Amino acid sequence: MILAVQPRALSALVAGRPVTLVSGTNGKTTTTRLLTDALRTRGSVATNASGANIAAALADTVATPADQLVLEVDELYLPRVLTETRASAVVLLNLSRDQLDRMNETKAVAARWRAALATAELPLYVVANADDPLVAWVAEAAVDVTWVGTRNSWSLDSAVCPDCGRLLHHGPEGWFCDCGRHRPATTFAVVDGRLETPDGVLPLTLQLPGTVNAGNAALAVAAAAARGVAPVDAIAAIEQVTSVGNRYRRYSVGGATVRLLLAKNPAGWAELLSLLEPSNSTVIAINARVADGRDPSWLWDVPFEALAGRTVVAIGDRRLDLAVRLAAAGVEYVVADGLRAAMAVRPEATAVDVAANYTAFRDLALELDRAR
Amino acid sequence: MRIVLLHPRLLGTYGDGGNALVLADRARRRGYDVEVVPVDGAASVPQDADVYLLGGGEDQAQTLATNLLRKSGLDHVVGAGRPVLAVCAGLQILGHRFADPSNQAIPGLGLLDVTSGRGAVRAVGEVVAEPYDGSPVLNGYENHRGVTTVGAEASPLAHVALGIGNGDATGTEGAVQGSIIGTYLHGPVLARNPALADRLLSAALGTLEPLDDELVDRLRAERLSAAASARATGRLRRWLIRRRTG
Repeated sequence: MILAVQPRALSALVAGRPVTLVSGTNGKTTTTRLLTDALRTRGSVATNASGANIAAALADTVATPADQLVLEVDELYLPRVLTETRASAVVLLNLSRDQLDRMNETKAVAARWRAALATAELPLYVVANADDPLVAWVAEAAVDVTWVGTRNSWSLDSAVCPDCGRLLHHGPEGWFCDCGRHRPATTFAVVDGRLETPDGVLPLTLQLPGTVNAGNAALAVAAAAARGVAPVDAIAAIEQVTSVGNRYRRYSVGGATVRLLLAKNPAGWAELLSLLEPSNSTVIAINARVADGRDPSWLWDVPFEALAGRTVVAIGDRRLDLAVRLAAAGVEYVVADGLRAAMAVRPEATAVDVAANYTAFRDLALELDRAR
Repeated sequence: MRIVLLHPRLLGTYGDGGNALVLADRARRRGYDVEVVPVDGAASVPQDADVYLLGGGEDQAQTLATNLLRKSGLDHVVGAGRPVLAVCAGLQILGHRFADPSNQAIPGLGLLDVTSGRGAVRAVGEVVAEPYDGSPVLNGYENHRGVTTVGAEASPLAHVALGIGNGDATGTEGAVQGSIIGTYLHGPVLARNPALADRLLSAALGTLEPLDDELVDRLRAERLSAAASARATGRLRRWLIRRRTG
């Protein structure tokens, strides 16, 4: 493994080119893609589009010839990759529970991020989600921060002020604490489906669904601006994106259109549930392999009650855990063995939404690709 | 009936809010109207609810929740014999003391005779434990760094067949005292152990009609098999076979 043998290998491969890192619990791959497309309006960009975001996997991407690099980085590896690539820009999306058995303490991850920013080589442009109190606490340690209002926060994890330990409050202006800490003033912000920028308020009409993606787009536009791309040009590129990797992708299977959606943790799932069309057939696939986090207790923090009135087909390794959750949520369910069996439950359906977590999504994407 | 969920924003890191959903569902299926009442911040704890639940959380949140609960009236609830389920951090909070990340002792609420410290390694993984009162085997998932010693006024909940549990070399899991049940099991624990859920409900409501638990029994069978094959010894395998056929 390159990095084990030569700790400086990444830095040598970067060879002085500008590097932007994108990290957080949710939205890394999408934001990396949006930022890459925005930066490609001005030159070539190498990126780890396949989402291989653990330190050792980055070397291949970094070795690619291109004017600059945009790298999605797993939360646990951000400090190390920041040092090894000497990145000059970092995009901080959010920090919430993900893979409970691996992450254990989101606060500990935040503390390591904060220390990394405080000691990072300058210049370092930090683009940070102002609506995430934990990210705000992290980004304060940086010299240069561009605050972005995304309207995205998962309030369960931001319940405690990272500084004084009191319960946070949430008001119309955003989060705030009795100790005086509050949501910072933003340079970019999603407001009423449009984007506030230093150049004025610009229209933002994404083809990617969901309000969370508007926030991801805002962060990407801000990061692109740090590299000299005008917001209006960044938005134009971002509005062209219809799918990211296999996410939001539509596949034809028999006579039906299958839309594949990914979420990995309660925050992502809460957002995803709002994207599921009530008239579509709904399939949910849950695994709990190492990469998913071995403990699917998080299913009980997902508001599946919102699906009442529909029948959900449960597939994946942990379909029984999911079925028990759905039953307690008052949602009709059918347990099936794989996607084909799931689609056979409602064979007349022409539109199928398949929502899956990480490894289930990956395996379904492969299966759907082979079926084409 | 009313189910009080204590500090879900602080003590909800591991999906333990689901215990309230399970109890509510099981009570509704028996014809009860159920209200789940979350208690957050400085609000005092309702004294007249039927079941009280505390879940697991991160270190800072655990200390904050403990301080918020100190003068909240929870001691009267326990004194009145109301059923309480305390999971992971919740279990530690009810005890005499627990340790923060720097190993400093934080006073607990002293309502349960247990003392917790910080272990050398994190206990993470599937747990199978046999309750000392002969009720059905408990299965769940633990994820904690606590080492809990059960004092004379309390009794351990179960004997660990697989996993770590209290982690103090007694091979025990959880603690029971009066109307309090404490455990390190997530899952959520009541979702995976309907007998335990009904134990709490009947303590609150009296005799209960049995429910059709075919789905959760399938889940339990699958989880026990998975645990057995993941870390089985011949002894555990034989024990599990005896449990299923005996």
